[in-house]
Amino acid sequence: MRSHVPSYNLESPGNLREVLKTIAAEPGVWRPFAGGTDLMVLLEAGKLPHKNYLNIWNLTELRGIEVTDQHVTLGALTTYTEVQQEKLFQIDFPMLCQAASETGGLAIQNRGTLGGNIVNASPAADSPPALLAYDAELELVSLKGARWVPYHGFHTAYKQMIIRPDELLTRIRLPRRTEKLQHYYRKVGTRKAQAISKVCFAGTAQVREEKIQDVRIALGSIAPVPLRCVQTEDALRGSPPNQIAIDRAMSVLANEIVPIDDIRSTSNYRHQVSLNLVADFLQQLRA
Amino acid sequence: MARLLDVLREQLHLTGTKEGCGEGECGACSVFINGKIVNSCLVPVAQVEGAEIKTIEGIATGNQLHAVQQAFIECGGAQCGICTPGMVLAAVDLLARNANPTDAEIRTGLAGNLCRCTGYIKIFESVVRACQR
Repeated sequence: MRSHVPSYNLESPGNLREVLKTIAAEPGVWRPFAGGTDLMVLLEAGKLPHKNYLNIWNLTELRGIEVTDQHVTLGALTTYTEVQQEKLFQIDFPMLCQAASETGGLAIQNRGTLGGNIVNASPAADSPPALLAYDAELELVSLKGARWVPYHGFHTAYKQMIIRPDELLTRIRLPRRTEKLQHYYRKVGTRKAQAISKVCFAGTAQVREEKIQDVRIALGSIAPVPLRCVQTEDALRGSPPNQIAIDRAMSVLANEIVPIDDIRSTSNYRHQVSLNLVADFLQQLRA
Repeated sequence: MARLLDVLREQLHLTGTKEGCGEGECGACSVFINGKIVNSCLVPVAQVEGAEIKTIEGIATGNQLHAVQQAFIECGGAQCGICTPGMVLAAVDLLARNANPTDAEIRTGLAGNLCRCTGYIKIFESVVRACQR
């Protein structure tokens, strides 16, 4: 243990209202602490800069999955294991299940939460590309009330988000699409379990009347934020799923992403793999 | 913010639970919290108030080893022993959820646990043997 543990605070307010009161009274002083699978790694490494945390793991208000005809709404504390256990998700949101199954190992999946994955704001996280491709919305709650915001646009820069210091991410909502979509999710890492992505790709679309419709593409690990690739989507919308479309998508995507070199991979590798993945996604649409 | 792992080992002297990486990669510190396998190095002890914790010390029943433990002995699934408690717990967790796992399911069940000695084959064979009991 390389951190001085007594200098950290972890308080357990016990219910949502108490948490909201605390973060409203002292904005920026307290941060939520959910499954701990990211924060505890930093603690162990002596690199956890913030000192005061509110334990939200025990808040029942942030748990549970609600299904209506229009939406599926997940509590922010929904774990990766719970995502995989929800049978409806295998049908409606298979990329989210796949992302959950490829995040860490089983012990991580029992603790890591979707809400934590979002507000930890790692550009290399595995669920954000799927959530972006599924048009997720986030509920941000403070003492002043609740607001729903689109997940696309939530991350504004590296580790920067539009959430205010007095707000808590409480729920994630996914619209249930009636059209028959194809789903393509691919995580590229050094091994199947436990690895952090070099590139993570999520794409949905359908081919209707020989044309690509309702296309959504998102990538992880290739920008300072989880990136919805709107330029590439625009270039594809309405095109027949042929080689011309594949070449155009690769060309547009090449200009839309700016991957970095880091400990896990190189810019060149990420760039090429991203192009290969968009091509593979479109090949699957043709099949 | 004390880690569950440290409280188990240093205050409760339950040293069967090992520390490998300390960052949730290796699974040596695996324990069950309310029946779910977790990495105890990533759990602040404040979050387990009122929870049931089961460590490797609670897997055997008296002198009667669990089928997984017996299989690890018979198949040579343990070498240096640091990963073994976590491997045993991962296998116990798998068999509790799925009594007849496929080879792929066994690999997935053990994927969060690293071993630097065995090359994994004997561990894998131990789990297969445990399934046959």
